[in-house]
Amino acid sequence: MEFALATAIGVLTGGGVYLLLRARTFDVILGLTLLSYATNLLIFSAGRLVVGKPPVLLDGVEATLANHADPLPQALVLTAIVIAFAMTAVAVVVAMRNHADLRSDHVDADEPSENQR
Amino acid sequence: MMMHLPTFPILVPLVAGAILLLLERRQSTSVLRVGAWISMAAQVAVAVALVGAASGGEIIAYLVGDWPSRLGITLVVDRLSALMVLTTTLLAVPCLLHASAGWDKRALHFHALFQLQLAGLNGSFMTGDLFNLFVFFEVMLIASYGLLLSGALGPRIAAGLHYVVFNIAASTLFLIALGLLYGMLGTLNMAEMAVRVAETAPEDVAMVKAAAGLLLVVFCAKAALLPLYIWLPETYSRAPAAVAALFTIMTKVGLYAVLRVYTLVFGSLAGPLADFAWDALVAAGAVTLVVAAIGVVGATRLRAAVAYLVMLSAGTLFIAFALANADAISGGLYYLAHSVFVTAALFLIADLVQRQRGSMGDHLLPIAPPTRSASGMMYAIAAVSVAGLPPLSGFIGKFVVLDAVPAADTAWIWAAILGGSLLAIIGLSRTGTRLFWRVEAIGDAKPPPSPRPIEVGATVLLLAYGVAMTIGAGPILRYTDATARQVLDPGSYIQQVQDTQPQIREPSP
Repeated sequence: MEFALATAIGVLTGGGVYLLLRARTFDVILGLTLLSYATNLLIFSAGRLVVGKPPVLLDGVEATLANHADPLPQALVLTAIVIAFAMTAVAVVVAMRNHADLRSDHVDADEPSENQR
Repeated sequence: MMMHLPTFPILVPLVAGAILLLLERRQSTSVLRVGAWISMAAQVAVAVALVGAASGGEIIAYLVGDWPSRLGITLVVDRLSALMVLTTTLLAVPCLLHASAGWDKRALHFHALFQLQLAGLNGSFMTGDLFNLFVFFEVMLIASYGLLLSGALGPRIAAGLHYVVFNIAASTLFLIALGLLYGMLGTLNMAEMAVRVAETAPEDVAMVKAAAGLLLVVFCAKAALLPLYIWLPETYSRAPAAVAALFTIMTKVGLYAVLRVYTLVFGSLAGPLADFAWDALVAAGAVTLVVAAIGVVGATRLRAAVAYLVMLSAGTLFIAFALANADAISGGLYYLAHSVFVTAALFLIADLVQRQRGSMGDHLLPIAPPTRSASGMMYAIAAVSVAGLPPLSGFIGKFVVLDAVPAADTAWIWAAILGGSLLAIIGLSRTGTRLFWRVEAIGDAKPPPSPRPIEVGATVLLLAYGVAMTIGAGPILRYTDATARQVLDPGSYIQQVQDTQPQIREPSP
C-alpha cells in the first residue's frame, strides 16, 4: 500500500512539475492542480497508513494511536483542499483576464515569434 | 477583555473586512471609508496595547478555543510579534490614507481586501503554530491577489499571473514541508516541535533537515532571496501605489518567518540541527544584496528601482538575521521597520511623479516638463534615508548591523553591504537627476497638475515615521535589543507555551 501511494504521489508531482513549466496558462493551472493533489496525498500519509481504524475516539477502546487513525492530518488535508481549490479558482480567473486583455494564453502574454520557437 | 487581547489584531480587521464587504453594495465610498478608518483606529490602539503588554519581556500564550497548546492553535505575543504588528499597523495608516484620495473608488472591493490583508499579516506574526502560519499566509496572499489585480489592465494582469502562479507553487512546497515535518515530529506547534527536534533519532535527522530546508526555501521565496526574487520587481512596480506601499511588508513576513522558525524550532536548542541554516543564508543574503544594487542602477523606471531597493533591504536583513547574534538581530529589526516605511514612501513618491509627468510616467529616459519641487524634496529625503546616509534612520540601522558583524567575516560582509549602498547611492542620484533636473524648458507648456493634498500627506507621514525613528532611535534600539535577546532564548518561549493551561476545559489525558 505504501509503495502504491508513494508511486501515485511521485507520478502526480512529476506530471505537475512538467505541466507547471510549460508556457501556456491552461497547462500551468493543470500542473498546479496535480501538484496540490500530490501534496494532499502526502499530508494524508504523514499520519501513517492504517486500515479499518476510526479517527474518532470510541467508548471502551483505549485512546492511543495503536487503535485509531491520526485525525490531525485529515483535518489538515481538508484545509489544504479548500485553499488549493480557492487558489485554482483565482488562477483560472487571472488567466482568463490575461487571455481576454492581451489576446494570448502564453504565460508572458507575448507569443514567441516563429524563428524563436 | 484584556485576556483576549492577542486575538484582536486578527479579529478587528477580519470582522471589519466582512462588514465592509456587506456594506459596499448599498453604501457609498464615503461610508466605507468611515468604516475602514474606525477599524484602522482600533488596530492602532490594539497594536500599541500589544507592544505595551510585551515590552516588559512577558510572553503571552493564548489558547484558541481553550485547547491545550500541544493539541490546539496557540497565539503567542512576544516582543518580536508585537513589534511586527505595530510596524504593519503604522504602515497601513498612510497606505489607507493614500488610497482614500481616490484609488478606492476605482478598485473593486478595495476596503474589504485591505482589511483582510491586514488580518492575514497580523495573524502570520501572532501565530505559534506552523500550519496556522500557512493558513494566514494564504489569507494574506489571496487578499494581495485581489488588491493587485482589481482595476488592472494589460501588463499588470500578466505580472499578476506570474505572481499568483509563483505563490501557489511556493504554497504547495510549504504544504509538502509541513506534511514531512508532521510525519517526522508528530506536531506542528512550534514550541512542541522545538522540543521534539532536539530529541530526533539519529536515523531521522537527515529527513527532518530536508523538510526544514524545504521550509526555508518557501520562506526565502516569500522574502525574495536570490534566486527566488524574479517575481518581485515586475509585481511591485506594476501594483497600484497604495498597494505597492503595503506590499513592502509582505517580503518582511518571509524574513519574520525565517527568524522565528529558525531561532525557535531549529535554533540553539535543536541538538543535531542547531543553527544549521545561518551559514548559507549569510552568503545568499550578500549575493541578493549585490544583485539588487545592480538592479537599482540598471532600472529604467523609478518604480522598478524602488522594487529593487525592497530586495536590497531583504538582502541586508538576511545578513543581519543570519549572523544570529543579538546585536545584529537588534539592528536588523530596527532596519526592517525603517526599510518598510522608506520604501513605501518611495512607492508613493513614484506615483506622485508619474502623475505629474503625464504620458512619460516614471520612465527615466524621456525628458519631461519639470515636476513640482515638493516631490523632488521628498525624493531627496527618502533617498538619503534608504541609501543609509547619515543622519536618517537607514544610517543607524546599517551602522548597528555593520558594528555587530563578527571580526572573522568583517571584510566581505562590510564590502557587500557598503558596496551595495554605494551602488544604491549611484542609482538613486542618477534617477533623481533624470527625473527632477534633466527637464525641458518650461516655455508655454502648462504647469503640471498639483498633487492631491491627501496623497502628499500620506507620503509625508511615512517620511515622518523615518524621522521619528531617527529621533527616538535610543528607546527603539533598547526595545529591539531586548527583542533580539528574547528571540535568541527559545527556552523561555517553549516553557511559557507549555505552561499555559486551559482554564475551563479539563486537562486531557
